[in-house]
Amino acid sequence: MVENRPFLTVITHIVLVLGVAMIALPIWITFVAASHDEIRMLQAPIPLMPGSHFADNLKQTLFGAGLSGDQTPVWRMLLNSLAMALMISVGKIAISIISAFAIVYFKFPFRMGFFWMIFITLMLPVEVRILPTFEVVANLGLLNSYWGLSIPLIASATATFMFRQVFLTIPDEMLESARIDGAGPMRFFWDILLPLSRTNIAALFVILFIYGWNQYLWPLLITTDTDMTTIVMSIKQMLESAEQSPQWNVIMMTALLAMLPPILVVIGMQKLFVQGLTETDK
Amino acid sequence: MLKRVHFPASPLPYLLVAPQIIVTLVFFIWPASQALYQSLLVEDAFGLSSEFVWFENFTLLAQDEQYLSTFWRTAVFSSLVAFISMSIALILAGFAERVIKGATTYRTLLIWPYAVAPVLAGALWVFMFNPTLGIFPYFLDIIGIKWNHYLNGGQAMGLVIAAAAWKQIAYNFLFYLAAMQSIPRSIIEAAAIDGAGPVRRFWTQTLPLVSPTTFFLVVINIVYAFFETFGIIHVVTQGGPANATTILVYKVFNDGFVGLDLGGSAAQSVILMVIVILMTVAQFRYVEKKVEY
Repeated sequence: MVENRPFLTVITHIVLVLGVAMIALPIWITFVAASHDEIRMLQAPIPLMPGSHFADNLKQTLFGAGLSGDQTPVWRMLLNSLAMALMISVGKIAISIISAFAIVYFKFPFRMGFFWMIFITLMLPVEVRILPTFEVVANLGLLNSYWGLSIPLIASATATFMFRQVFLTIPDEMLESARIDGAGPMRFFWDILLPLSRTNIAALFVILFIYGWNQYLWPLLITTDTDMTTIVMSIKQMLESAEQSPQWNVIMMTALLAMLPPILVVIGMQKLFVQGLTETDK
Repeated sequence: MLKRVHFPASPLPYLLVAPQIIVTLVFFIWPASQALYQSLLVEDAFGLSSEFVWFENFTLLAQDEQYLSTFWRTAVFSSLVAFISMSIALILAGFAERVIKGATTYRTLLIWPYAVAPVLAGALWVFMFNPTLGIFPYFLDIIGIKWNHYLNGGQAMGLVIAAAAWKQIAYNFLFYLAAMQSIPRSIIEAAAIDGAGPVRRFWTQTLPLVSPTTFFLVVINIVYAFFETFGIIHVVTQGGPANATTILVYKVFNDGFVGLDLGGSAAQSVILMVIVILMTVAQFRYVEKKVEY
């Protein structure tokens, strides 16, 4: 703060508290809705203060059949989401770090060709190649599988660029001394590059986990088997069924469960999250 | 970009790039080229035969009133989402930057919606605005406004914009806060000594000095509004009522998967691809030389 202005300080806090309240309001309403029983949630206006059925709703949502007629239990959907998010984030990091290693540390024909090919993926988000990608996955027999959910999304130009940037800042003397000591390329990769990029990997993992967990359009297209439903895409089906049997307490509890893991990751690993966000988008 | 000291050529680098290149070829480049090719075809109603028609799909789109209005609607939608979420984020960051005690707490409380999936953001907002149960329609009714986004196109658009902007505030806030914190103290102090108050300093110093970030965020927010808001629209309005909230991405999905008009959908995909390419170029120009001010 440059000068002391008590009045402005008060205004500052008021504005920030209002901002936080505006940001948090939708979640608060969700939490409140998830803590009342079904009957209470059918009377307008809906309550603004939490009720006493949170634990019951949690149990019913996680282990019951979810909504009547919906066969897949919510814990199964959470597992599907977890599997998809982990496969996408680990897969992206693994294939990006080795291709960045090849591009930065080796001189070989078509090196720049490969680099540009990876670069192009930046310009082809899933949304613009929905149908043909769906056909490829269907022809490969990957519909309704974890592989089909994750592999088509794991090519990553941003992750490759980030690792390339990290490797370029590592002094040449590292490689020189490793080579004098007789280390081959893979030994150098495992013992020097990997440990040196540990924080970058962790930061990237945080961002990619959220990215993977929150995927919607892709799982929606390629999973028809209800056992493969992810928690994020189940919300849409639940809202549709709400038109016949509105169990808002269960629906909002499911929404809460779907949001919680990535939110916990952001809050728990805030420093890595901020680092990952600013590094990958530049 | 190659290290001065590097390993000699061997089969190893090919093995290292192979996984990434295979995934790129199979799931990115091949489907994209298929989309390009299909955009030049017309298929009959049963999908039995197709005919090569050059650019007919594109000329049809260019004459299609509905497509043109979707284009216009997408432009309005994305500019409003970008403008609203960026201004709120800028104001909050401007105030948060002044706070010394509790700054991290405020940051924590403001950034977590980044982690909420767009479709969930949509679900929360559609619940708050549920015409029979939601709290907002209840209060709006008291002041005499009937809320029903299932019938009223303008209200549907407003709801979708609010949900999309709400989710993006966190991201914009984080970047604005970082940009403001990197402004040298001495500049601000010099202006303060010259008698410029906080408001004056915000307009004449902070705002120009964060303009590179503003430019970067405009591109990111437009890309977000164009592509990632699919989930919000799908869950809140499904493009309705009467296409009032159908944006380009939603139309590609709807025409392709629901309407099964492969050629038309592919032609729309190609147009979207061109838009993404233009935006990526804009973003990289930013990285190259930043904005002059």
